[in-house]
Amino acid sequence: GERGTGKTMTLCHVVHYCSRQGWLVLHVPDAHLWVKNCKELFQSSYNKARLDQPLQASVWLKNFKTSNERFLEEIKTQKKYIWGRRESTEEGRPLREVVEQGLARARSASDAVAVLLRELKQQSQRGSFRLLVAVDGVNALWGRTTLSKEDKSPVSPEELTLVHSLRKMLSNDWTGGAIVTTLSQTGSLFKPSSAYTPQELLGKEGFDALDPFVPIPVPNYSPKEFESCYSYYLERRWLQHEKARTEDGKAELRFLSGSNPRQLDRLAGP
Amino acid sequence: TLRLICTTTAVQRKNVGASGPEKYTEAFIKKQIEEFNLGKRHLANMMGEDPETFTQEDIDRAIAYLFPSGLFDKRARPLMKHPTEVFPEQRKIQWGEDGRPFHFLFYTGKQSYYSLMHETYEKFLNVQKHQDQLTAQDLPVQKEKRNLAGSRWLTKIELEEMLLEQVSDDDYSRFIQLLQKLVALPCADIEEKYIQKFSKELPVQLQKVVIEPLQHDERGVAFSTGEGKRKTARATAVVYDNGTGKITVNGIDILHYFPVLQDREQLLFPFQFLGRIGIHDMVCTVSGGGRSAQAGAIRLASAKALRSFVTEKEVEFMRQAGLLTVDPRVKERKKPGQEGSRRKFTWKKR
Repeated sequence: GERGTGKTMTLCHVVHYCSRQGWLVLHVPDAHLWVKNCKELFQSSYNKARLDQPLQASVWLKNFKTSNERFLEEIKTQKKYIWGRRESTEEGRPLREVVEQGLARARSASDAVAVLLRELKQQSQRGSFRLLVAVDGVNALWGRTTLSKEDKSPVSPEELTLVHSLRKMLSNDWTGGAIVTTLSQTGSLFKPSSAYTPQELLGKEGFDALDPFVPIPVPNYSPKEFESCYSYYLERRWLQHEKARTEDGKAELRFLSGSNPRQLDRLAGP
Repeated sequence: TLRLICTTTAVQRKNVGASGPEKYTEAFIKKQIEEFNLGKRHLANMMGEDPETFTQEDIDRAIAYLFPSGLFDKRARPLMKHPTEVFPEQRKIQWGEDGRPFHFLFYTGKQSYYSLMHETYEKFLNVQKHQDQLTAQDLPVQKEKRNLAGSRWLTKIELEEMLLEQVSDDDYSRFIQLLQKLVALPCADIEEKYIQKFSKELPVQLQKVVIEPLQHDERGVAFSTGEGKRKTARATAVVYDNGTGKITVNGIDILHYFPVLQDREQLLFPFQFLGRIGIHDMVCTVSGGGRSAQAGAIRLASAKALRSFVTEKEVEFMRQAGLLTVDPRVKERKKPGQEGSRRKFTWKKR
C-alpha cells in the first residue's frame, strides 16, 4: 500500500489479536532501524565475516523481555551455548537467561538474538506454543545499508548478524506459526518514493526469499471507513473547529485529505 | 461628457507648434514631401509592389522588414511617414512686409483663442435666435438629445495643437463652459457640425464577459473547460458533472502531485465557495511555474470552468471574491546597481 494508508496499524492489530490469543509474539517495530545510522559495529565473535550491532540488539531484547515474560520461563534451551571465555549457558536452562545474558553483555547481544530466534524456530515446530513473527519494514532486510566498515567499503545486509538471523526466521521452512510483514517506503533506502508494490520495494532477492506469500493491498479509506473515522474524531473531540461538525466540513476534510488516513490524522489532530 | 482629471504623458510633451517663430520653412517642408513621395516609389519598387497603390501600412511593414530593430520603445525604431506627421505644424509669420498683422486680434496676444471664443459665442447667439423664432411660431422645440455619455471634449493639449498657441487653464475651462452652455440649449442640433469639431468619442467600452454554455461528452456527461495562469504557470481544467470529487493533475492524483496542504486548499477553494465539493470531477493539465504558481493557475482555471454550471448571481459573487481575476504579480526585474530587484549592495561608509 501507499504511504500513510495504515499498514503498520493493521500489523499492530494483528499483533494485539495474537497476543490476546496467547501466541508468542516476535515483533520487530521497524527493520529499517537495523540497517541505518548505526553508531557501533563490532566484528562478530561467532562468525568472523559478520558484523554485530549491540545497540539495536539490546533495545530489541529489552522490548521482547517485557512483552513475553511468561514464555521465557517456559521455554528451555536445547543446546549448550558459549558466550566467550568465561560464560556459557547449559542445556535446559530457561530462555530468560539467554536474554539476560544478552542484555548484560553488549558484545554478545546480537548473538543472543540469533540464538533466541533459532531456539524459537525449532521449538515452535514441536507445537507447544504458537509463534507469530511480525516484521515492519521488511524490505530493509534485502535492500542496501547506509553503514560502512572501517575501511569505508559498503556493508551488505548479509553481513549483519541481526539481519541474517531474521532472514532465516522469515524463510518458509518451519511450521506452527505465522509470519506477517509489511513493506514500508518511508524508511527504505535508495528506492524511489513512488514505489509501493512488493516487487519494487523488495527487489528480486527479497521477493524470491519470501516467495509463497499472500499480498494484501492496503488502500486509502473507503467512504464507509472515512465516515467511521470522522465520527470517531468527532466523539474524541479532536476536531476543534465548529465548522468541522457540518456536512460541508466533512466534505472539505475528505477532499483535503484525499481519503488518506495519515493526511486526515494530521488535519484533524492537534 | 467627461472631463479628464488625471493627466497623461502627453502633458510632458512640449507643444512645439506653439513655441516661437518657424523652425521649418515652407520650402523645406515641400522638399521633404517630394523626397518622401520619391522614397515611397523607390521602396515600392524594392519590395516588388505597385508604386501607385502603396499605402502607409505597406510602408510600415516594409521598413520593419528591411530595418529590424529590437528596441523596446516603439518611438525609437526606424520610421518613414509623411512629413506633415513628422514635422509638427508651425505658425506662419503673422504680419506682412510692412509690419502690419493679418489678424485683427493679433495684439491681444492669444489671437486664435479669442477668435475661437468669438465664433462660438456667435453660434450661441444664432441658436438662441433660432429658438426664439421657433417659439414665436409655436413649434415644438425638443429634438433628439446628443449622446453625452459616449463622447468627451478635447483636452487642453489637443486644443493647443488645434490653435497652435498656448492656452492657459482658465481659458480652457471658460471655453469648455461655453461649449457646454451651447450644447445645453434645445436647438443645438443646428450647430452639430461645429460642436463635433471639439468632441471626441470614447472608444473604451466595458467588455461583457461571455459565459460559455455547457458541452456534453460522448457518455452524456456535461463538462466545461477553463484556462488559468499565474506567474508563468499555465493550466487548463475540464470540470465534469456527476463525479465523486476526484481531481487529477497531469494524470496524477492531487495527493501525490501536491503533497503540501496549502496547494490542495487553493484547489479546494472554488468548489468550497460554491458548496459543490463532491459533485464535480476534474481533469487538468498544468505546465511551467513552481508549486504555488501551478496551484493558483489551476484554481483560476477551475473557477472559470465552474461559471458555466452556476447562476449569474453566483458568478458575480465569485468575481467579488477574487476567484476570477488573473493575479498580476510577476517576478520584478533586477536593476543594475542593485543586487536584486529591491535589495541594494551593502553600504560601506568608506
